[in-house]
Amino acid sequence: MSDEQSFTLDGRRIPFQNGQTVMQAALEAGVYIPHLCFNPEFTPHGSCRVCLVKVNNRMQAACTTPAADGQTVQSETEELREIRRGILQMLFVEGNHVCPACEKSGACQLQAVAYYTGMLAPHFKHFYPRRPVDASHPEAVIDFNRCILCELCVRASRDVDGKNIFAVEGRGIQAHLVVNTPSGQLGATGFSLHDKAAQVCPTGSILTKHRGYDIPIGQRLYDRKPINVVGDVAQLPDRQGGRRHD
Amino acid sequence: MIEPRLKIATCSLAGCFGCHMSLLDLDERLFDLAERVELDRSPLTDIKELGECDVGLIEGGVCNAENVHVLMEFRARCKILVAIGACALNGGVPAMRNQYDLKECLEESYVRGMGLVNAQIPSDPEIPLLLNKVHPIHEVVKIDYSLPGCPPSADTIWTFINELLSGQAIVLSYRQIHYD
Repeated sequence: MSDEQSFTLDGRRIPFQNGQTVMQAALEAGVYIPHLCFNPEFTPHGSCRVCLVKVNNRMQAACTTPAADGQTVQSETEELREIRRGILQMLFVEGNHVCPACEKSGACQLQAVAYYTGMLAPHFKHFYPRRPVDASHPEAVIDFNRCILCELCVRASRDVDGKNIFAVEGRGIQAHLVVNTPSGQLGATGFSLHDKAAQVCPTGSILTKHRGYDIPIGQRLYDRKPINVVGDVAQLPDRQGGRRHD
Repeated sequence: MIEPRLKIATCSLAGCFGCHMSLLDLDERLFDLAERVELDRSPLTDIKELGECDVGLIEGGVCNAENVHVLMEFRARCKILVAIGACALNGGVPAMRNQYDLKECLEESYVRGMGLVNAQIPSDPEIPLLLNKVHPIHEVVKIDYSLPGCPPSADTIWTFINELLSGQAIVLSYRQIHYD
């Protein structure tokens, strides 16, 4: 018997090292578990719940559950797919996600994960919240209508860029993304397109100006192949249609 | 014995007729379809009165009182009601007016619009009253199937109709599901 620690994910053996989460070990083994607020470069957040899996028959978020030897993890079951679809539907109706009018459509992780789980319709009653668009910055736009509160920009700006530009204000249904300046305007901050925070948004909330349709609709990241094959938009370089530029 | 053809009705509520264009995009497959179904009320037939139908295809969300009336009539007379396209599913582009009060929208168009003479908000009783907000159709009636897309491609519509007519479970491929 080998000393290597492992768990099974949908019957497949996944090795891991101490301290790794179920998500990290699966990712390393090349097995996709749908996720939105998880990004391998950041401390797990566990807020979007899309990575829900069953660990020894208990529902847990794969991104925050430590891997343990001998665990049985289920991910691609119809039960979990249905829950994930429900979570995604709630994310869609809570904001204003008008895909046909969004520059990010086709290279949007929220959309791609919804395609992957087979979400056909939003099912729930739409909130149609009234949220602003901030175009005060010369190079970037923030469309708060599309924010899903994953806090990746908050984490990137605080932990990598050291600028602390973004924060989430309010609780529960009142929670919303804010820009840390007295005016609340992005243009009044030191935000730059080279910031990590400009590269991690999984939706079309933080956009680069003047480049919206450089890649035509139909030829974008997730237009032809699903996200489990293509990978996350934040991890793929600019030249491949992703958001990353090192 | 010749099997009776299934009756299909279609309508465009608060939509742009793009989904109907996508249906016409079936091209030569339309001949095949015409042998298997009979079109009832539809912008393509100009039949005004909706009869008892097997399938109703709805494009667009609801933005006015007439939309609600038509939608409820479709629900009452169609065994299977299908939401087609982004507007029917989530309000789509017309629902972007939900960011404003109805009054603001009307004033922007009819009072402050450029080049208007005797500017006034239309109030002819023949014009259906606008709803305060645009809604997807599932918020008004029960929907049996949803086909996303702006518009759903002809291939998506074809797969759907074909599988529905032959009584199979509807399975769309990855490239047949998109929201834009």
